Amino acid sequence: MEIGPYLLLATLEGAVMASVLALTAVGLSLVFGVMRVVNIAHGEFFMLGAILAWYVTQMIGGPPAIGFAVALVAAPLIVGAIAVAADMTILKRLDYDPERTIVATIGLLYIIQQLTLMGYGPEARPVAPPFNTRLALPWFEVKEGALALYWPWGLSTTSYKLAVIGAGVAVLLGVWAMMARTRIGLVMRAVQADRDMALAFGIPVERVYAMVFGIGAALAALAAVLIVPISQAHYLMGADPLLLAFTVVIIGGLGSLPGTVFAAILIGLSDGIISVFFSPTLAKILATLLVALVLVFRPQGLFGARRA
Amino acid sequence: MSGAARITLLHGGLIAALLALHFVLPVYHHGNMARIMVLASYAVGYNIVFGYTGLLSLGHALFFAAGMYGMGLAVQHLGMGPGAALAIGVAAGALIAGALGLLALRTTGVAFMIVTLMFAQAGYLAILYFGDWTRGDEGFVIARASRVLWGIDLSDPGNRYLAAWALFSAALLASLWLVRAPFGRSLIAIRENEARTVMLGYDTFRLKWAAMVVSGTISGAAGAAYALLFGYAGASFAAVEYSILPLLWVLLGGAGTVLGPFVGTLFMFYLIDLSSGITTAYMLIAGVVLVLLTLFAPQGLMGELRRRFWGWLP
Repeated sequence: MEIGPYLLLATLEGAVMASVLALTAVGLSLVFGVMRVVNIAHGEFFMLGAILAWYVTQMIGGPPAIGFAVALVAAPLIVGAIAVAADMTILKRLDYDPERTIVATIGLLYIIQQLTLMGYGPEARPVAPPFNTRLALPWFEVKEGALALYWPWGLSTTSYKLAVIGAGVAVLLGVWAMMARTRIGLVMRAVQADRDMALAFGIPVERVYAMVFGIGAALAALAAVLIVPISQAHYLMGADPLLLAFTVVIIGGLGSLPGTVFAAILIGLSDGIISVFFSPTLAKILATLLVALVLVFRPQGLFGARRA
Repeated sequence: MSGAARITLLHGGLIAALLALHFVLPVYHHGNMARIMVLASYAVGYNIVFGYTGLLSLGHALFFAAGMYGMGLAVQHLGMGPGAALAIGVAAGALIAGALGLLALRTTGVAFMIVTLMFAQAGYLAILYFGDWTRGDEGFVIARASRVLWGIDLSDPGNRYLAAWALFSAALLASLWLVRAPFGRSLIAIRENEARTVMLGYDTFRLKWAAMVVSGTISGAAGAAYALLFGYAGASFAAVEYSILPLLWVLLGGAGTVLGPFVGTLFMFYLIDLSSGITTAYMLIAGVVLVLLTLFAPQGLMGELRRRFWGWLP
């Protein structure tokens, strides 16, 4: 293949990655922004979403589309409920102290991961995509002074991958609409701006916290359900999304949603290209060092404004 | 009895008891205890930064692994003797802690935790990346011939126990001396109220950095000793679990107590050892204990003991 079609292919794969990454990272960012809590167990909520998608599609059977549609609704709801329960039994009792909640969510990470290992087992299992038509993509060339389309060998994507990109964009718009246009979003922003003042105005801050923690986990689970037909469900699959989501949230500026989405697109797209030139391990080393150095030298993120 | 006499008696008593155990323990527990003493030395190092200075590091596996690989690689690829390799391991721990401290201590609180976590992760990935030398996940075995230090064969279980005992005694006494010296007192002041410590004229950055270096040196020594005594170096010792485990041990035993790291390591080791008969998912126990500790006993075992009965416990 020439470089042009190859770049198009890398961009499409990167866009799938970016869309899933943006959903995961927005969940993490929402929790940090509103609650000032770093949720180390976020990757495990992602993993639970994928595992539940497998269970749901196995239970329902029939054509893959039906089982997948049910999983798309059920998995985020169940994971959200688990997160709300964790918030009310653990985080609330710690009074959302930043350092103690990190230790507690590390504990939560191992509990969720190891229980999954005991219940689901160490195998990686596939989930059938609801639809998966192969779409060949055209590319242009200049033939006798005029542009002509042709279909290079290997340049193709699937309808499902395009749907993931679309779904990611739709959900992100939904999150934005919820934060900017609804009463719930207004309440969340009020709690984020000043917890004590919100409490003084009669906002049930603890219930808002539980809801935000649930929504954050549900977004991660939704991202996992979307990606599981492309990858597979495995009990250790939460580590990489956690690392990447951290990278995105920190580079985009902690707690800033537009910055997070922008960074997700940047990292998602560049991940494919970096992996072409470097080994995946080296790419990960560079990503972790980037996160650490950004936190040391530019704690407001690469795109965030400096806070007082 | 005066406070100082009680402190000497208690800590000296523990060291004497551990030496006495060498002669009475059955083989299985004798082997376990040697391992526990090396890991407890690592926890002692962690406690300096976490328990006494109040800095929650999530990246100490980097220092432990620096000691382990500093020692292991020097033996394996540079053909050094165990004595020199051990010194290189300890120096590697100190050096990396010093470098990381300069960067990470520019941040505080949650950012400090994430920065240490990320640097340790980068270190772990680097060990995997340079798999030609480190043999990655598989690790490498250190030949028996290069584990003879000053004519003492450390692959022999008896010698190994005594070497672990010597290492742990040194770490324990050093930390006991340190936290009662003016340097340790100023670390506790930073933990309790850093702003006030600055106002009193202390250079807190330099003190915190010194605490990191001391902690990294002890952690590196524990890592190097682990490689020397058990004859193996592997990437799993650099993974994030080995940063979480000392946190768990110190939290369980009691952060900011001299005996806490040992008590926590001992309890946790046997808890996991007993549960491994029931399930292979032993990290579940670690997770449950972590959550329960943060919820109900943030002081840990020795911390509770100090709060209720022994106010003089250092």
